[in-house]
Amino acid sequence: MASSTVETLQSVIQPYKHGFVTEIENERAPKGLNEDTVRFISAKKGEPEWLLEWRLKAFRYWRDRMLPEGDPTWARVSYPKIDFQDAYYYSAPKTKAAPKSLDEVDPELLKTYEKLGIPLKEQERLQGIAVDAVFDSVSVATTYKAKLGEMGIVFCSFSEAVKSHPELVRRYLGSVVPYSDNFYATLNSAVFSDGSFVYIPPGVRCPMELSTYFRINAAETGQFERTLIVADKGSYVSYLEGCTAPMRDENQLHAAVVELVALDDATIKYSTVQNWYPGDENGKGGIYNFVTKRGACRGANSKISWTQVETGSAITWKYPSCILQGDNSVGEFYSVAVTNNRQQADTGTKMIHMGKNTRSTIVSKGISAGHGQQTYRGLVRVSPKAEGARNHTQCDSLLIGDKCGAHTVPYVEVKNRSAKVEHEATTSKISDDQLFYCRQRGLSAEDSVSMIVNGFCREVLKELPMEFAVEAQKLLGISLEGSVG
Amino acid sequence: MLEIKNLHVEVDGKEILHGIDLSLAAGEVHAVMGPNGSGKSTLAYVLAGRDGYAVTKGEILFQGKDLAAMSPEERAREGVFLGFQYPVEIPGVSGLSFLKAAVNEVRKHRGIKELDAMEFLKFVRAKLKMLEMGDDLLKRPINVGFSGGEKKRVEVLQMAVLEPRLAIMDETDSGLDIDALKIVSSGINALRGLDRSMLVITHYQRLLGYVVPDKVHILSGGRIVRSGGKELALELEEKGYAVLGADAA
Repeated sequence: MASSTVETLQSVIQPYKHGFVTEIENERAPKGLNEDTVRFISAKKGEPEWLLEWRLKAFRYWRDRMLPEGDPTWARVSYPKIDFQDAYYYSAPKTKAAPKSLDEVDPELLKTYEKLGIPLKEQERLQGIAVDAVFDSVSVATTYKAKLGEMGIVFCSFSEAVKSHPELVRRYLGSVVPYSDNFYATLNSAVFSDGSFVYIPPGVRCPMELSTYFRINAAETGQFERTLIVADKGSYVSYLEGCTAPMRDENQLHAAVVELVALDDATIKYSTVQNWYPGDENGKGGIYNFVTKRGACRGANSKISWTQVETGSAITWKYPSCILQGDNSVGEFYSVAVTNNRQQADTGTKMIHMGKNTRSTIVSKGISAGHGQQTYRGLVRVSPKAEGARNHTQCDSLLIGDKCGAHTVPYVEVKNRSAKVEHEATTSKISDDQLFYCRQRGLSAEDSVSMIVNGFCREVLKELPMEFAVEAQKLLGISLEGSVG
Repeated sequence: MLEIKNLHVEVDGKEILHGIDLSLAAGEVHAVMGPNGSGKSTLAYVLAGRDGYAVTKGEILFQGKDLAAMSPEERAREGVFLGFQYPVEIPGVSGLSFLKAAVNEVRKHRGIKELDAMEFLKFVRAKLKMLEMGDDLLKRPINVGFSGGEKKRVEVLQMAVLEPRLAIMDETDSGLDIDALKIVSSGINALRGLDRSMLVITHYQRLLGYVVPDKVHILSGGRIVRSGGKELALELEEKGYAVLGADAA
């Protein structure tokens, strides 16, 4: 990369735009993690006995079987050892009672969401998106609830669902990601504070995008939310998830769990635009995003499609996966991940083919800039009974500058002779020729990079719902400004 | 329009151009001819402001402004267009969205209202009609999988859309068969005008049979060794570069 181009790009480094802190009173559990912490959280939420028991089972499993082994080290990321006793596991904006409508929500909170470009009040009146706003792991407001309710759709905070639809929660909680699944999922099972719950009844096509907006605010607090989406037979839902956090010097742990269940002929489309604070250019601060996301295509002809645009977090450790149990079920994974400065990402997917004629598609676009390190890690497994299974994987990496890295670790396990599995991978760089070509036409250096990167990601971005695609495109530009060096 | 005075240019610490003087008036078309390695492409790149092409002496004035002090994008916005010898592929970026962004940068710079998607489409369609082109190439990612002829046609279309004041065509004829050459030449001719100057850089005379220049300069070893009228190109074809005091091609 020619030096003056580098300088041009370095001169436009943009600070993280969502880095403000909201002054709001919090209620926290005492620092540290033990059975009492788990009981405290459960009591705060007024949970039934069975849920507390489930949490405790998870906690004991974690404490006795997982903690002695330590957190997982197989991912290609490095960070100092986390002291799990030196954090708060519950933080909630202090309110007297759960708000019944937006009018009762703390105006400070509403202002926060407005600053982030998500005016909840406007949203309720004008736009066709239902939003569940989660602030420090606690759901503060859900819009459009009544309208969706008329169709039998349940869209509410997880805590509320435990009270209003305990039978659904109990049947599906942990059915895709069991409490003993992995270090961070198990930790989440013990201490999760809130999240979103969605249920779409048989034959219903959800008429609007459902969206959860996660905001981390409190300091020194781990974030553990849990999302559960169940699409009953023949239903359809498109769900969006967005995330931001303030800029803080210390690292914050975010360990969420998302479970999706699609029954016969149901489709779930799950889109994420993740923009947690990535830390500064020297790698100070930022979110550790250690997330377990998994969907079960339980019914025949069901479909689960993951689309993610990951631009934030200091470290990302995330593998949205599909278990293709139903015959003819379909799993998709479309991903764009950006690592700039000192960011690290180890991300990919697992496609587990169990039913007959199951199909999966993986399209992964990784962009590394600065000192960013990125690994695609994917597993395609075809089990003996998955007659006629097909997978296509395409895995492309784009490097900007000469100090970053891209790595590809595809695992393929095929136990059925009729399977067809394809894997394509490329690695490329933004060339001086491309940059000069764009600039000769009048585009600034940073707009040129942004345009080239957006072109590189087009296959994935076109999978996003309209409202999100625009945001994602802008985000890619911002994340990479000042990236060549 | 363009005044090049005693221009010396270095690439990687090695001087390639040793004092070029060239004056191009508004509306004129000049051809720069020369054998391989004579510095033709260097001249094109230094005018467009490519990184690594350092002006060590002399000056380039464009409409009275110091061109060498501007970034490549500033030059483009001021109205300098380079038709590339090897247009690059940009996967995933359609010609339409690329050109729309470029046109709006130029308009912003000139203080004219930017075009929205519908206005831009209308604007481009008029240009396509003028060049007798369809819009199929513009819908595809720019230059990706294009034939040599298609790439050059799109370069000419970009010139038409960006409406530059100075167009530098760097070996636009290279790699074209005779049919493609005719199409591209007629495109260039359609864009000649009183307020637009062109510098046509070529190795062979054949392009100049279609795009008839006002003046011809012969570049050799980093110097202009002869300048003359259009008949100089014909003489060159007959006798070859050697006879004209230039290095053998």
